[in-house]
Parts: sequence; C-alpha cells; structure tokens
Amino acid sequence: MKNGQLITITDMVKDYPIGKGYFRALEDINLTIGEGEFAGLVGPSGSGKTTLLNIIGSLDVPSKGDANVLGHSIGQLNARQSAQLRNHHLGFIFQTYNLLPVYNVFENVELPLLLLKMEKNKRYELVNQALDWVGLQDKRKSRPAQLSGGECQRVSIARAMVKQPKIVLADEPTANLDAENSHNILQTMETLNRDLKTTFIFATHDEKVIQYLHRKISLFDGKVAKDEQVKK
Amino acid sequence: MITFIIKGLLRDRHRSLFPVIMVTIGVFITVFFQAFMGGILTDMVDSTARFSTGHVKIMSRAYMENEDQLPNDLALTGVDAIMQDLKQKYPDITWVKRIKYGGLLDIPDENGETRSQGAVAGFGVDLHNPKSTEISTLNIANSIVSGRMPDKPGEILISDEMARDLKIALGDKATLISSTMFGSMAIYNFKVVGTIKFGIPMMDRGAMIADISDIQEALNMEDAAGEILGYLPGGVYDDKVCAKIADNFNAGYTDNESGFAPVMSKLQEISGLSDYLALANNMASTIAMIFVIIMSIVLWNAGLLGGLRRYGEVGVRLAIGEHKGHVYSSLLVESVAIGLVGSVIGTGIGLMMAYWMQTKGWDFSNTMKNVNMMIPLVFRARITSVTYYIGFFPGLISTLLGTALAGVGIYKRQTASLFKELET
Ligand SMILES: Nc1ncnc2c1ncn2[C@@H]1O[C@H](COP(=O)(O)OP(=O)(O)OP(=O)(O)O)[C@@H](O)[C@H]1O
Ligand SMILES: [Mg+2]
Repeated sequence: MKNGQLITITDMVKDYPIGKGYFRALEDINLTIGEGEFAGLVGPSGSGKTTLLNIIGSLDVPSKGDANVLGHSIGQLNARQSAQLRNHHLGFIFQTYNLLPVYNVFENVELPLLLLKMEKNKRYELVNQALDWVGLQDKRKSRPAQLSGGECQRVSIARAMVKQPKIVLADEPTANLDAENSHNILQTMETLNRDLKTTFIFATHDEKVIQYLHRKISLFDGKVAKDEQVKK
Repeated sequence: MITFIIKGLLRDRHRSLFPVIMVTIGVFITVFFQAFMGGILTDMVDSTARFSTGHVKIMSRAYMENEDQLPNDLALTGVDAIMQDLKQKYPDITWVKRIKYGGLLDIPDENGETRSQGAVAGFGVDLHNPKSTEISTLNIANSIVSGRMPDKPGEILISDEMARDLKIALGDKATLISSTMFGSMAIYNFKVVGTIKFGIPMMDRGAMIADISDIQEALNMEDAAGEILGYLPGGVYDDKVCAKIADNFNAGYTDNESGFAPVMSKLQEISGLSDYLALANNMASTIAMIFVIIMSIVLWNAGLLGGLRRYGEVGVRLAIGEHKGHVYSSLLVESVAIGLVGSVIGTGIGLMMAYWMQTKGWDFSNTMKNVNMMIPLVFRARITSVTYYIGFFPGLISTLLGTALAGVGIYKRQTASLFKELET
C-alpha cells in the first residue's frame, strides 16, 4: 500500500472506445483514500462516478495512469487476480440488491465465504455475526422474494460485509429505497464503518446519502471538481 | 460448494425439472427403441435362420440361382456323403437336410373325386428320427393347433388356415401333386394327422410338413435334398465362424464348375438379410449418436434460456470475486447432476417398458397378413446388456455438452459493465 493509503490513484485517465475514436469518461484523477473512510463520489449523471467505482473495484482498468488498490496496480492484474482481489478484500452493494432468488437470506450471505473455501463452523459464525449487524436474524430462512426492499438491501450489506473486507463499494445503494429505509441502511453502514474500520465508498447523487458522508469527492465531467472533508 | 449448487438446483424447477424431464424422455426413447428394434430384428434373423437359411446353407450352384422356384431337379445329390463329411469335420455344428417343394394338395371325397384343392409350400424335414433337432428348430411341437406329430410314414401336418379353407379333417387323405426330380409328374398319398400355425405369415400360407424320407420317395429324390443347413451350437449366429466354415467348404469345390457343385453361403450373404443384420449392429450406436446431437442442441438452448434467466446471478457471482472458470465448472456440475438423474430415471422407465414388451409382446397378426418376410407376428423387445447403458452415457454427455456450449457465454461477460448491468 502506498503511503499507508488503501487506494492511491495517480494521473488516471479512462477512455471508452466509441466508433473510431474514444470518449474520455475520467481525466487526470489523483486521489488517495485511507482506512476507515466513509467517502462518496458525488456529481451529476454522466460525471464518471460509476466508472471510477468500477476501476477501484477492479471490474475495469484505467486507460492511462495508475490505480493502486491494496497494493495491487489494477491495470496489471489478470482476470483471475482481480477476481481474487474482489473475493478477498472488496465488498459490493448494488442499487438493485442482486440477491440470488433460490437461496435464503443465510445462504446468500454465506456465498462469498463458500468462494473463500472457509470451513463450515467459521462460516456459520461469520454469517450469524453479519446477520446480527444488519438485524436480520429473524429472516434468515426467508427467500429474497419474501423480503421488503429495505430488508433486501440489508441482506446485500451483510453479504458485502460478511468476510470483513477492507473496502465496500456501493453504487447508488438507496436509489430503490424510501427515505426511512435509506436512513436505516445508512446508519447501519455508518456503524459498521465506525466499529470495524471498513472503508466505504459510495457513488451517489442522493442527498440522503450525501448528508452521511465524511468526505465528499465531487466529480464533474470526468474530473475531480472538489474534494472536501465534512465535519461531523 | 457442491451442496450449495445442488440446493439451488433442487429449489429451481426451471433449472432441474425441465432438463431432467428432457433427458429422461430422450434416454427412455433410446433405451426402449434399442430393445424394441433389437428384439424385432433378432427375432427376424432368428426365424429366417430357423426356417430358411440356417447359419450356413449348402445348395447346388444352379439351385441357388433359382432358389425361389424350388427347382428340385437341380437338388444336391449324394447328400448323405456330404452330411457325413460335414459331421466329421464340424461335429459341434448341427447339420440338417431339407427339401422344399411346391405343388397342389388334392383332397378326395369318398369316391376318389376331388373335393377340394389348394396350393402348398411344403417342407420335408427329419421328423421321425428321435434325435432330430428339426422339431425344436422349426418349433413344430409348439405350433401344432390340433392333432399330433407325424410318427409313421405318410403322415403330414398342414397349415391350420388351409385345413379350414379346404375343410380338411384330421385323418383325411390328401394327395400331393408335384413334379419329381426328373421332371415327371409326382402323385403321392398322405394322411393329415395334425394342423399347425407358426405365427409367421410366410410359413402359414399353405404349409405342409412331412418327413424328408416321404418326400424323397414322393419326388424320386433318393439321397438328394434341396439344401443342407448348418446351425452353430447355442443357436447364435457368428459371422466370423460361418465365414471361415464356408470358405473352407467352398475351397474343396473350386475346380468343379458344374451347376451341381455344392456351394455354401452364410446367413449374412443370403438375400436381404445382410442389410438387416448390419442395421441391427449399427442401430444402437446410431440412435445413441442422434440422441446425443439432438439432446445437446435442445439442452444447449435450454441452457441459453436458463443462462438468460440467471444472467444477474452470474453477474453478482463474478462481481463478488468468483472467477469465470469456477462459475462455468459449477454449471457443469449442475449438468452432471441433471444428466445422472435423468439418465437413471429414463433408463429405468425404458427397461420397464422393454421388459413389458419382452414378456407380453405386441400382436400384429391383424395388420400384417400379407408380409413376405420371415417376421413373427408378435413383436417382442429384447433387453441385452447394451440396453442398460445405451441411453445412460448419451444422457450424461448431452447434458454436459449442452451446458458446456451454453455456458461459454460466461467467458464473454465483461466485468467492466457488471455494475451497470446489475443496476437495471
Ligand atoms: N461502456 C461505455 N462505453 C462508452 N461510454 C461509456 C461507457 N460507460 C460509461 N460511459 C460514459 O462515461 C460517462 C460516465 O459514465 P458513468 O456511468 O461513470 O456516469 P455516472 O456518474 O455513474 O452517472 P449516473 O449518475 O447516471 O450513474 C458517461 O458519459 C457515459 O456515457
Ligand atoms: Mg452511475
């Protein structure tokens, strides 16, 4: 890790090929994010929030410059290595939850641990712990179809958190939730951030999310327009 | 992880039930078809061998060329010497001589005038000799409808159908009008002591079974016979063995150019049957192949549909760090499970149906009156060792292949667009 930071992005550019030319989605990004941050990429639609989150999540690679995540240069990883990085150290929360419908709550949360080939007792312990964090012990046997949207998103938080990753990435996690549920899950994530020192990075333009952020990184036209710490 | 996969499989009917049913049906059809066709062809070959060709058959060259006209004027002569020689050289093989003949059967009334008359297609076989195998080879004893086996000179069996048509009663006198080996008219009196029904249309039309010595006398065929047949021990045809025997036998007569020289041919060479036998041999593997191809395509498409349904699932699994090879192999594990279950059930049902068809048979006697093949009228399936696995491996391979093809899409998936795909 560079300079004690979890994420160090240096002179990074992301171009998407379009026809014969390309579209520059991110330009000249220089950014460091440390342990325990509760940061958000904010900005208007099309400003490059998801693109940046994708690269940090090793789902995509920079076109120029470097994105170093937990000591790994994202551009240098092969498919298997980036899968490894995601599997071991990154958690993902999606706007549409994306739970597996045929598995119950417990099993959905267990999946990342199965991929880590963790032994059963340890798995059960961690899944139970994660269900405690999000307050879903009583729904452990329910299928996603039997849950409300807020409950689904809490399951996906538990799934992202169960292996206690260094970094959790959440793209518009509240977009499908009402105000009450939005606050609810944000409080849950804030608590986890405080207690476990997990770094949270959001991509959002939702005011409800923005008011919880400790750091607000504003993107505009693919550039970092403003980067401010918010006093709490 | 395997339990996790199987759990998902059991809970998602689209993932398990539909493919299992597909595989079950395919395996069932293959298994049943194999047993059924195999049974029919085996029976056909078997009855052809019994009634017509033997496993090897010796005729004079000229007789062979006009065999369907039953040209007894071209029959083999010196038959006893040939038989003696064959028995000595091949003691394991059962050698029999037969005379086939055509003619009219005339039933006189009490004044000796013709009461009724019908065409016969007769067999002269060894009936009186207690060691004769012909009674069992031709299944004569079991085919007698009324009356008894001939055991004295001049006694005959006739087709039950003909007996009814010509109003012949047991004990009636019947006169065979035919031609002798030397071309003059033959008239010989017999006594009908039984009626017979083989259940094979070609045999039942005008059958007349007499002892060969009576026929030799009737047709002036002393020490002569139309054909000598050989049957391998166990009654099962073996092409290699027969080919060797035939080559060996024929080598002894290469310098005899005359039409009366004996020629041995094997079952597979005798008209038409070679095709059927080849078919019987190839059919099993052909069905299995077709099955694998069709089922693979069906399951490939089913897998593609399933893949669409599970697009989100695969996306999430890739995003949380499962690598593509692992997702792919977990799909293959699912398909093996499906293939196994479907194949076991399909083979089970197929065997049950085949067993039922083997014991009960399927009676075609009403629809197949005019068939000119040596085909029994009751079709029976036949379960062989092949029946047990013919459907099994194709069932397994096709699910695996179908899934393998459908799953290739996973490798085309761009992780870069996962977030966006999973947003909608
Ligand atoms: N695969 C792609 N190919 C071409 N252009 C793309 C691709 N993905 C994103 N872009 C473009 O890059 C820009 C940034 O996209 P991005 O998805 O990061 O925006 P965003 O800030 O997340 O927007 P939103 O708030 O609407 O989600 C947009 O103009 C978009 O059209
Ligand atoms: Mg976005």
